[in-house]
Amino acid sequence: MSLKSKLESGKFAITCEVGPLKGTDITEVEEAAALLKDKVDAANVTDQQSSVMRLGSLATSGILINKGLEPIYQMTCRDRNRIALQSDLLSAWVMGIRNVLALTGDLPALGDHPAAKPVYDLDSVTLLHAIGRLNAGFDIAGNELKGKPAFFAGAVVKVDSDTEASMELQIAKLERKVAAGAKFIQTQAVYSADSFGKFMKRVAKLKVPVLAGVIPLKSAGMARFMNKNVSGVLVPEELIEKMADAEDKTATGIQICADLIKKLKPLCQGVHIMAIGWEKKVPSIIQAAGL
Amino acid sequence: MILSEPKPFEEITGYLEGEKSVFILGCNGCAQSSGSGGPVQVAEMKGKLEGAGKKVTGTKVIDFLCEKALVKSGLRGRVDEVAAADSILVMTCGIGVQAVAAAVNRVCHPACNTVNLGGSRGEWRGSERCQECGQCLLDYTGGICPLTACTKSLVSGACGGASNGKCELSPDKDCGWELIFNRLKAKNQLARLKVFINPLDHSKLMARPEMLATSRYALEQSDQEGR
Repeated sequence: MSLKSKLESGKFAITCEVGPLKGTDITEVEEAAALLKDKVDAANVTDQQSSVMRLGSLATSGILINKGLEPIYQMTCRDRNRIALQSDLLSAWVMGIRNVLALTGDLPALGDHPAAKPVYDLDSVTLLHAIGRLNAGFDIAGNELKGKPAFFAGAVVKVDSDTEASMELQIAKLERKVAAGAKFIQTQAVYSADSFGKFMKRVAKLKVPVLAGVIPLKSAGMARFMNKNVSGVLVPEELIEKMADAEDKTATGIQICADLIKKLKPLCQGVHIMAIGWEKKVPSIIQAAGL
Repeated sequence: MILSEPKPFEEITGYLEGEKSVFILGCNGCAQSSGSGGPVQVAEMKGKLEGAGKKVTGTKVIDFLCEKALVKSGLRGRVDEVAAADSILVMTCGIGVQAVAAAVNRVCHPACNTVNLGGSRGEWRGSERCQECGQCLLDYTGGICPLTACTKSLVSGACGGASNGKCELSPDKDCGWELIFNRLKAKNQLARLKVFINPLDHSKLMARPEMLATSRYALEQSDQEGR
């Protein structure tokens, strides 16, 4: 069952993340696809994550299709103008890609090519609008297409914010994203079911399926690093202590993640597991969470 | 005003490699205000270049090197000094360097880098900036420009990168969209955040060809007509 059918029929969906590597060696991507294809509904393919130049998300999404794993083609607005973005969307459709996740994209200054020109000709909202126009058979300049796609478009949102303005801006932008055509939402990593529940109450009126983002902890240091450096990620102190005290950190990290998924499941329509290098442990997390 | 700053001296001596003599031109306009090409910096440069073994055939500081007619009249009477030099070192902004290179038949080296002021056309204490986008969005954004206040120039709202109201690029820079939110809230205009804004029209953001090809200044026009 495709991700779209699963979410539209109200079933709980599981997605994860596959990050292309720097270079042409696709062994790890193929291994991850083979391991995950019967465990998750779809896998996000990141687009030059953190502005670090790597193998592209279009080609990697194609590899996943060949290996029998449904891709969610992530598309950022950082590196391409509206001509390239629309063209790549058409290319994606003919390659068999059905899901697209529209993102603005990290600043080049934060990646490994800080001198690169940032594009941002479109942004996440206007990219969703463009996808909607293509689906309707037109490009955003109003020209008619010969043959049109039918993408299932998604967007992201940050659940936890540190200022009122940031929180309200996230909700306002999510409304804009849904109005522009987002049919599913994946969230930044959450660690508190309480705060996630409050967030879900606020966005219930949008009537769009939400997949709660989770990142399994590998160590206390990783948790502290994310708290300090990743906007919107807030790992509670008690979880950090639990990781610090754990003898088997891998087993503890998996268990914490599985327990969290159990608490989040009644609140939303799916879970998005961002394993960040732990792709091979995703099946254990799913099993421990009883999914 | 255009802001320029001095290039590293080693870069300038690199340009002058293989040359024995140079004429130095400064500018009493923006470059003087910038502290990069006024009389003081020209005198300093003369001393440093002589210390580096170059012969300085002459120096001159002209009012507004961006104006070719003034460059030509300013160098009248200094023709021999210019002719005796292998090249001219021009201590001003990119416009001035280009104007001198067009007006004087001599190799011209730039001595400064022209700094992007992020939409500013002058120096003042405020933080407001205009990028001259030709499609003003200020009505939607509480009078704070999203093109210049947001690092990514986003028109649809904040990205997810801010921490405690600061841009992920630098803890010294406010998140432009949080400033916009707070302004809209204070003015009871939060409904503006629901308006869909079309992608920017970059044909309006870029200078029109006729703006690039000609100057709008009267002096320049009189020079053209006088030819």
